[in-house]
Amino acid sequence: MPSTSLLLSIEALAAGVFLLTALGTVAARQLLTCFHLFVWQSLLLSASAALLGLALSSPHLLAVAAITLATKTMLIPWLLRKTVHDEVYRIREIDQVLNIPTSLLLALALAGVGYVFFVEMLGGMAVPAYALVNLPIGVAVLLLGAFTLTVRREAVAQLLALLVAENGVFFAGIAIVPNLPAIAELAAAVDVPVYTLVVGLLTRRIHSELGTTMVGRLTALRED
Amino acid sequence: MLVHIGYNLLQVAVVIGFAPLVEGVLARLKEIVQSKRGPSIFQPYRDLAKLLCKDEIVSRRSSWIFRTAPYVAFTAPVFVALLIPVLTRYPLFFAFMGDMLGVGFVLAFGGFFVALAAVDSGNPYGPMGASRTRMVGFLTEPVFLIVFMTISLVAGSTIPYIVQGEWVRSSAAFFAPWHVLLVIAFLLLILAEDGRLPVDSASGHFELAMIEKSKSLEYSGRGAALMKWGGAMKLFVLLVVFLNVLVTPWGLAGPADISLAGVLLAVPLVLFKMLIFLVVLVVIESSLAKLRLFRISEFTGAAFVIAVVAMVSRLFAA
Repeated sequence: MPSTSLLLSIEALAAGVFLLTALGTVAARQLLTCFHLFVWQSLLLSASAALLGLALSSPHLLAVAAITLATKTMLIPWLLRKTVHDEVYRIREIDQVLNIPTSLLLALALAGVGYVFFVEMLGGMAVPAYALVNLPIGVAVLLLGAFTLTVRREAVAQLLALLVAENGVFFAGIAIVPNLPAIAELAAAVDVPVYTLVVGLLTRRIHSELGTTMVGRLTALRED
Repeated sequence: MLVHIGYNLLQVAVVIGFAPLVEGVLARLKEIVQSKRGPSIFQPYRDLAKLLCKDEIVSRRSSWIFRTAPYVAFTAPVFVALLIPVLTRYPLFFAFMGDMLGVGFVLAFGGFFVALAAVDSGNPYGPMGASRTRMVGFLTEPVFLIVFMTISLVAGSTIPYIVQGEWVRSSAAFFAPWHVLLVIAFLLLILAEDGRLPVDSASGHFELAMIEKSKSLEYSGRGAALMKWGGAMKLFVLLVVFLNVLVTPWGLAGPADISLAGVLLAVPLVLFKMLIFLVVLVVIESSLAKLRLFRISEFTGAAFVIAVVAMVSRLFAA
């Protein structure tokens, strides 16, 4: 059984890579890259929960890790593969409202806000070190996901951004509530695949009607 | 004292002696990945020997800059080798002559001279490569500064030896999230700075697409040998900073053991670390396509953002 401090150290390492994958989704141009980054990120979220669970000997967090692993790294990728048209994955370039360098700089500002805001907020409170690692990174990833959701014009890319934001929330959550009621985690585990399925099917429908999934361009009603 | 001077010179000898080997191993690994056999790992030594024996041809139109640039390109990494922990964990004689910014300055000085010489040669591809190098350079230098400053914040010093000692001592800092981010930012920098894919194709022969290589096209004989050797040493020195200071600060001769055997034992360990890194580098280079020229700013922009996020998280969450 490795020592608690070693587990927490490795958890911090996973947190760093977790933030890196979120920055990667902002910078990535290809849909498939975004998709793989999301899977890796979910894997890291699961690893982080497992490490925290072992370090704090909390079975709840181990359950969170197992559920995350099952839904986000297996079920959701499978659902997306099944529902969304193959052609969507062949898109070489994701359509964006802003160009990549500008959105990277804005992402930088958002990550900074996540950090500054949370460290200010937690300033007076006695929080364990692992929460100080996870909480700002989780909030930063939430903001980065929300930002990516705003700038992307493509439906599947938007869905992936939403899932990234959701990962961020969970990443912050596992550190502040080590004894998360299993019902909350189960609810989320059911919720997320359902909205993936709905968006996936909707995208498939849009694609078959219009030949594109650029929902950002669908801004006017056509009357005939 | 004398021992320290001796070890310091030994470090320089290691950098000069093994830099072509690293180049050779890298070329061989790349060929193996592409299912080819490839030249022997000692081929760069043979190339250097051949070039050193050959006559040098210098254009009548070029000035002294063209003729001195190979020497500057060769000596800049040699000076850097005096300042960084190649083999030992304890600071050697010249360690306090310059800090990490000094390392950056000396390398930038060499790069500047090579770029000037490329313009001086009159070859149309030279100035093109030089201006592209400056473009990549001004995008990567802020990242260099931020990475170095963040590292220095941790150790409370900008001397590479002390920074290296700090990583060895505190495992909490070593595993901190911002450390991973710094490592990745520095890795992207090495790729951009050394003309590796996806920024520049080091093995390409198409002049219009060259960035790094086009600057030494006009050199022959001894000049070409020194440029080649200098380039190899620059990569070696960057790898030493990356591996010995940032990623794997272990395996160097410790402060308790100042015998020659301990220092010599560090040589194979450092080379082994480099071999592992070269495999990673080959995987990166074989799996990525070259970026279009104006996409390079996205690549370096990503490195910049990662470095600044690392700095922010270091400043606020420490």
